[in-house]
Amino acid sequence: MIAATADAAEPDSARQRELVRLVRQDCGSCHGMTLKGGLGLPLTAEALRDKPFDGLVATVVYGRPGTAMPPWKTMISENEAEWIVRQLMQGFPEEAR
Amino acid sequence: MMTMNRWLTFLAALLLAGCAQTGLRGTGDLGVVVERASGRIAIVDTTAKSIIASVHGLGDLSHASVVFSRDGRYAYVFGRDGGLSKVDLLLARIDKRVMQAGNSIGGAISQDGRLVVAQNYEPGGIKVFDADTLELLSEVPAQSKVVGLADLSGNRFAYALFDKGEIWISDLANPRDPKTQKYPAGQQPYDGLVTPDGRHYMAGLFGEDGIALLDTWRPELGSRKILEHYGKGQEKLPVFKMPHLRGWAVAGGKAYLPAIGRHEVLLVDTATWKEAGRIEVKGQPVFVMARPDGRQVWVNFAFPDNGWVQVIDTLKGEVVQTLQPGKAILHMEFTPRGEQVWLSARDDNLVSIYDTQSFARLTTLQAESPSGIFFTSRAARTGF
Repeated sequence: MIAATADAAEPDSARQRELVRLVRQDCGSCHGMTLKGGLGLPLTAEALRDKPFDGLVATVVYGRPGTAMPPWKTMISENEAEWIVRQLMQGFPEEAR
Repeated sequence: MMTMNRWLTFLAALLLAGCAQTGLRGTGDLGVVVERASGRIAIVDTTAKSIIASVHGLGDLSHASVVFSRDGRYAYVFGRDGGLSKVDLLLARIDKRVMQAGNSIGGAISQDGRLVVAQNYEPGGIKVFDADTLELLSEVPAQSKVVGLADLSGNRFAYALFDKGEIWISDLANPRDPKTQKYPAGQQPYDGLVTPDGRHYMAGLFGEDGIALLDTWRPELGSRKILEHYGKGQEKLPVFKMPHLRGWAVAGGKAYLPAIGRHEVLLVDTATWKEAGRIEVKGQPVFVMARPDGRQVWVNFAFPDNGWVQVIDTLKGEVVQTLQPGKAILHMEFTPRGEQVWLSARDDNLVSIYDTQSFARLTTLQAESPSGIFFTSRAARTGF
């Protein structure tokens, strides 16, 4: 279920911290905690440079049928997926310690 | 005046006394806890239930696995970044370390303990090392990500190819000249395991319902598929974490296996290899591990149910205990005879130790983002 996306506001800072942890730890179980790849492809800024933004957001939200990439729409909103992809393309933040 | 000889004898005696003071000890009750975010392992003592030392500088341990030398003194740590480190548990330091690949997933040690083999994603394939010196002896390129590497008798190794859908067996009788046989597996094998007797190799399939099975005593019969269509064509749930098959669970003539994309543990009769039932559980299983005596099977789960652990009683064939040992339970390891189980709670920065009889929590240990827990008793087990 896609959460309300009435305005394209960024997730608040507490949610951003959760999302960073989710990406590093849970996406990281396939893509690597450093996002350099594993069973899944690398998600470094360099690896994503020539990929279309909308396609990446769709991959996060709906997954890639036929591959191991699951749809994350029950866990994150489309807005949040956009925020994550933007961060990935810029070089993803480290988890705050 | 002391003669030179006497003086030397005296010095030797002093040195021996010094050693005795630092404490001679065995390694049978030692193990390691991977602290995945810190490139560090904690060396633990399961008798004292404590961390006795830490070893730093092991690189990216985000998917680290560990095997042990047959004397139980050295831990071979395979890092995600391709680092292979031989860690001396008694001296608590890195004995040798090599960078052997760009992206690695784990490894195994040969029956005779002389060879350590790494399984790699990038470049895909396996590499064979001298267990003593970590000298590279040979490699088998696969042009595919390699999963489920397991040691077999006669210094053979079985593994599965995620991208190619095959099972390969490499015979390392001559470690500088591997001989490899190939068998079909099915779509996207994600992990593999060998039965405790070393006979049957199984590769779990992600791209289709079923498991590929190969009798390594009679490989000429080829591989076959079991548990086909266990999902009955129903759409599977999104899989947020791949299950692991390492913790082979076999008890009372049945094997307990994680179902992909379902909240179920699948039971297989190991005489006929037919489905022998299913047990509904709290989430998608990641590890399904038998206590060493086979009376209990412990199950942890994928995100978002990874705060739960359930225990199946194998006599009753049902879940008898549901626990919440902490946030993000990534791994479980039994003490050699199974009276305790250690669980890593990544997001609580804790290792929780439970009594497997009473299910009481005995104690917790602080560790930074703990993931894999590995005890030296693995040194004596095929497939570990």
